[in-house]
Amino acid sequence: MKLWRKPFDMADKAPNPVKLHIDVDRCKGCGYCAEFCPRGVLEITGELSPKGYDMVRVVDESKCLGCGLCEAICPEFGIYLITEDKQVKEV
Amino acid sequence: MTKMLTVEVNPIDCYLRVDRIPHIWCAGCGIGPAAGCFLRAIDRAGLEPDKVAVVSGIGCSGRVAGYIKLDSFHTTHGRALPFATGLKLGNPELNVVVFSGDGDIAAIGGNHLIHSARRNIDMTVICINNFNYGMTGGQMGPTTPLGARSATSPYGNFEYPFNLPYLVAACGATYVARWTVLHLRELERSIAEALVKPGFSFIEVLSPCPTVYGRQNKSPRGLDEMRSYKERSIIRDGADPKDVGISLDGPIVVGKFVDTERPTLWDCYQQMLDRANKSKKR
Amino acid sequence: MSKEEVLCGEFFMNGDMACAEGAISAGCRFFAGYPITPATEVAERMSERIPQVGGVFIQMEDEIASMNAILGASWAGVKAMTATSGPGFSLMMENLGLGIMLETPCVVVNVQRAGPSTGLPTLVAQGDMMQARWGAHGHYEIIALSPDSPQEVFDLTITAFNLSEQYRVPVLLMTDESVGHMSEKVVIPRINQKKLVSRPRPTVAPEKYLPYDSREGLVTPMAIAGEGYRFHVTGLTHDDMGYPVMTAEAQDKLIRRLVDKIRLNAKEIIRCEEIDIDDAEVVVVSYGISARIARYAVQKARGEGIKAGLLRLITVWPFAEDRIRELASKVKAFIVPEINYGQMVREVERCAAGKAKARLVSHMGGGVHLPETVLEAIREEAR
Repeated sequence: MKLWRKPFDMADKAPNPVKLHIDVDRCKGCGYCAEFCPRGVLEITGELSPKGYDMVRVVDESKCLGCGLCEAICPEFGIYLITEDKQVKEV
Repeated sequence: MTKMLTVEVNPIDCYLRVDRIPHIWCAGCGIGPAAGCFLRAIDRAGLEPDKVAVVSGIGCSGRVAGYIKLDSFHTTHGRALPFATGLKLGNPELNVVVFSGDGDIAAIGGNHLIHSARRNIDMTVICINNFNYGMTGGQMGPTTPLGARSATSPYGNFEYPFNLPYLVAACGATYVARWTVLHLRELERSIAEALVKPGFSFIEVLSPCPTVYGRQNKSPRGLDEMRSYKERSIIRDGADPKDVGISLDGPIVVGKFVDTERPTLWDCYQQMLDRANKSKKR
Repeated sequence: MSKEEVLCGEFFMNGDMACAEGAISAGCRFFAGYPITPATEVAERMSERIPQVGGVFIQMEDEIASMNAILGASWAGVKAMTATSGPGFSLMMENLGLGIMLETPCVVVNVQRAGPSTGLPTLVAQGDMMQARWGAHGHYEIIALSPDSPQEVFDLTITAFNLSEQYRVPVLLMTDESVGHMSEKVVIPRINQKKLVSRPRPTVAPEKYLPYDSREGLVTPMAIAGEGYRFHVTGLTHDDMGYPVMTAEAQDKLIRRLVDKIRLNAKEIIRCEEIDIDDAEVVVVSYGISARIARYAVQKARGEGIKAGLLRLITVWPFAEDRIRELASKVKAFIVPEINYGQMVREVERCAAGKAKARLVSHMGGGVHLPETVLEAIREEAR
């Protein structure tokens, strides 16, 4: 990310650690998460999942900002991320 | 020290009938993301899930009712709106949401659409527009753009399509918006607004349909249609619905077009009850 | 229900109005309809009375919407009704099927008029009797009642609601323009609330609830929206969970239960009126307005020394098969006066199985039989 001026508190504001979970049983290899991730964290590998779909995988988890776009855009509810401040709802 | 939540399942699974996942929608279909936006919007709007009822019609969009873990009704083709009307009038405390496709709501259900909007009955309609009848194999529908190919317009569609926001706004809906499934955050916010707003709220959601519509119209992968949304869509909140028609390759205007106030059907009904009971007392 | 809200006493009203009052007495608090001669008066009376009792009246944009609206209201927990005539009845068929498939209690009134198509909008017929049984696509079983007077319209409307709630099926009230538009004395009794039936409710916690739990028997407990049961119901062939299942096994199980829940309980559901049947040699089988003429003809025949009897069908569907079979070995002939070209006579003939003749006395519609016509048929068959 190119910054024209470094924020003074940049060192303190590191993004929260994020864990990405990909559900290989649900993924149908549409490629939306890889295409629209703003940081290029995901890519389509070309390998097949156990169900025969193109698999997506995490390229570099450290680049992930935890924006949640992949989670929202996945048509299969097959990718989700967990950050430390995320609430899990019991319904 | 940061503590990571170990969660084995997708948090949204609490709202899904996980015994029926994976669902039937194709790879790249936009109905999944639209349903996801709706589910997140329920929490965002602060609704009580037990009081939310989902009514859907027939078609791919109609299958949403079967995957959502709320009181849900999968009714007949085009008739989700009158069913939802009865449901809402029977129990006005319910928050009724209708999921329907473009053909279901504007062709066979067209009459019910215009009357429900006219009545301004308090419900939220999420119309997933993929420009064709997907489930039956990609036939043209009332929103198929002029010139588009489909299973029943192999030489190109020769009918003008509906401009759904224009139609519904003209009939009296008090909240009209259109988003594509790419505009996830805006869509989620829009649905949350519509859910709490009294009156007839109509949200058109443009969705890729790679298997049939896309394949017949030079966009065989979902990505192709999504990329075209990215290129062609312009956000114009408050645009005049008259100007937001969609052509085969022209701009796609999205945004919140109408957000007005008008007494709902129930408000008018209460006023009528006052009159009825006043005359009885006399 | 307060005394002022639900009527009580003796009134002079026509069949349509009696229908509306019967519905209100039965606890109906939702009416959706569309104007159509000769059923419009039901809607008009409901539009005036239902707000007085705290219910909801809405005139929908067409009959299809009306049928769907009453299904929705029923799923919100409210007893619901619609009223129409032939053309509207045809429109309602698809969603009557939805009501049957979802197992939704509701009442559909058909004030029959002459058809097909626009026909004679203001004149009587009984031409929709087979449509009542088979009108929706697919195979199913239905309950249909046929009153012969405004008083009976009132009584049977309450019966219709009770049956629909008990068996979780739409019940058809097949009146006709004659009964609907004639005015007679109607006695509205004090309604015993305990006699009104409501649908079976779930007895288990929401997590354990199945919308069509076949372990509960043929009629399964019904949850309503908004109570936390989080059920899913669909018009697709489904399993006990309400989920669509696309297999022949699921279809077999579902159709058998939908049909058996009526068929196996037919004895409790079927109601007939019998006059002078015990020693009858000729039995007139009739229903609705035709039964009034038949009653007079049978009376006159007895006066002439003919051993005639009347079997008046109050429940037209399920059909009183057993009674016809029983009588077929004892009588010379069944005479079936109906205002159509032969619909219920086919059922009589089928059940008589050749043991007795089934003779149709038909009137195409636009009026009712002359008693003499029926009497002549009785005389001929008694010879």
